[in-house]
Amino acid sequence: MDFNLALHLGLPETILAVSSLLILVFGAFRGDKGMISVSALCGVALIAAAFAAAFGHQGAAFGGSFIVDGVALFAKVAIYIAAVFIIVLGQGYFDRVGAGRFELPILILLAALGMSLMVSAGDLISLYVGLELQSLALYVLAAFRRDDAKSSEAGLKYFVLGALSSGLLLYGASLVYGFAGSMNFHDIAQSATTNLNVGLIFGLVFVICGLAFKVSAAPFHMWTPDVYEGAPTPIVAFFAGAPKFAAMVLFARVLQTGFAAQADQWRQVVLVLAVLSFVIGALGGLMQKDIKRLLAYSSIANMGYALLAIAAGAVGIPALLIFFVLYMVDTLGLFTVQMALSRKGEPVTRIDSLAGLSKTNMPMTIVLTILCLSVLGMPPFSGFWAKYFVFGAAITSGLWQFAAAGLVASVVAAFYYLRILKLMWFDVPAGDMDKSPLETRWIAYAAAAFSFPVVIVFLVYVYPLAQSAAQGFGS
Amino acid sequence: MTIDLVHYLTVSAILFTIGVLGIFLNRRNIIIILMSLELILLSTNINFVAFSSYLHNVQGQIMAMFVLTVAAAEAAVGLAILVTFFRNRGDIAVDDASMMKG
Repeated sequence: MDFNLALHLGLPETILAVSSLLILVFGAFRGDKGMISVSALCGVALIAAAFAAAFGHQGAAFGGSFIVDGVALFAKVAIYIAAVFIIVLGQGYFDRVGAGRFELPILILLAALGMSLMVSAGDLISLYVGLELQSLALYVLAAFRRDDAKSSEAGLKYFVLGALSSGLLLYGASLVYGFAGSMNFHDIAQSATTNLNVGLIFGLVFVICGLAFKVSAAPFHMWTPDVYEGAPTPIVAFFAGAPKFAAMVLFARVLQTGFAAQADQWRQVVLVLAVLSFVIGALGGLMQKDIKRLLAYSSIANMGYALLAIAAGAVGIPALLIFFVLYMVDTLGLFTVQMALSRKGEPVTRIDSLAGLSKTNMPMTIVLTILCLSVLGMPPFSGFWAKYFVFGAAITSGLWQFAAAGLVASVVAAFYYLRILKLMWFDVPAGDMDKSPLETRWIAYAAAAFSFPVVIVFLVYVYPLAQSAAQGFGS
Repeated sequence: MTIDLVHYLTVSAILFTIGVLGIFLNRRNIIIILMSLELILLSTNINFVAFSSYLHNVQGQIMAMFVLTVAAAEAAVGLAILVTFFRNRGDIAVDDASMMKG
């Protein structure tokens, strides 16, 4: 293996790793006063890495443990761009609550590095190391408001359950290694085809449980509402998008590369997870009073649709990529709106507090209306297209019953988005809203504009890209 | 009696089970949860090393090194989060972590 080629393939990761260390030293000299310059540097590093990934070569390096294929590059670009938005939001948010520390953007950078290792993982070692790099950074981010009781409780819960899920995954990985005789996904696939035994199946089930925890698929979703409620909002906007995208790509890679020949076996497990996720996501959201808890259930439901795309097999991969990009923009917009709204300096957390928003803050009402219609799947907004591709892929591979179940669940879930719309447009306002901070306003407008009409242009150009990226995935 | 692979796997399975039960059954102290998490990681390490020696394949030992490193980092992060939790609450009982429910 030519080492130069390996470095070339890993250029985005190299940029992130080296720059995170340099920026950490820079930040240590500047202290917390230098947070804005540290944020700017981290943003530049992420954009540079995104360019390196967008124009990167494909191939495999380090003895097949680091795979750079179209799906990995596509996911990396999306993850880096999402991380830039989170740094911008986090800079403003933590400045306003007075908890700004220069480590914040660096931790986001390290989490993005972990995620890009996850999407490129070609064996169990890089899978585990990438997953842990991402998780350890995210545990700290969840507890980042150190003097806030809710934030530290969210961090603690996320840490305990996240570490438990990593433990389950690792135990599964050890069994898979032992019974397949190799760490590499391709070798595992070969060994599973010739000699499928109980140990290997046990290992696979443990690995699926661990990954289901990470993507918060039901029945492993219990931590999600608590963590979303307690953790700082820009961090939650990050949790809901990029890490789940990375974990879902990893999920698809483990199943479709490592256990390609056993698709009939794991498809049943994935379908059960998918159906439970969208049913629990839809029903659990009905009783919620807190906006962030509601969005947590909404994200659980959306993970169900993403799992449906994985169960659909190879045809589901382009649908998965498009679904996640559209979903990430929608959730980013929804959490940004939550950040933009406050009343007398207190953030709006309860759904009832949105009452009469159309009389006090018209632009945000329009943004929230567009985003709600989008996540409930109303055409022509982006959420409709996301579901359209996923259900299309599911029907193509003969899973039409599950697509129908998903459709019913999304109709149930529509209830809680419509309730928000009713509250905003027709109820009596509970008092004036504060002026929204500048960056939240613009990011919210951008997310709404993306949801419609930009999404049409986006799909025309990016859907063929996603299709060509998914070519050869898993082989 | 010779000690072969099955014995190592049994020990590690028992340790893993104790670790998982330690998280779910323990209602007192969060430190015990951290100890249980460490037990889970180390039980998988026994698996990796045992398989590595059985298969004459060095990858398992490399993985064991990575797991040890990650376990140390995880303990550091976990204790740090626990300290911030203690500063806010003045207690680290498990039942105390219940501000958010629903």
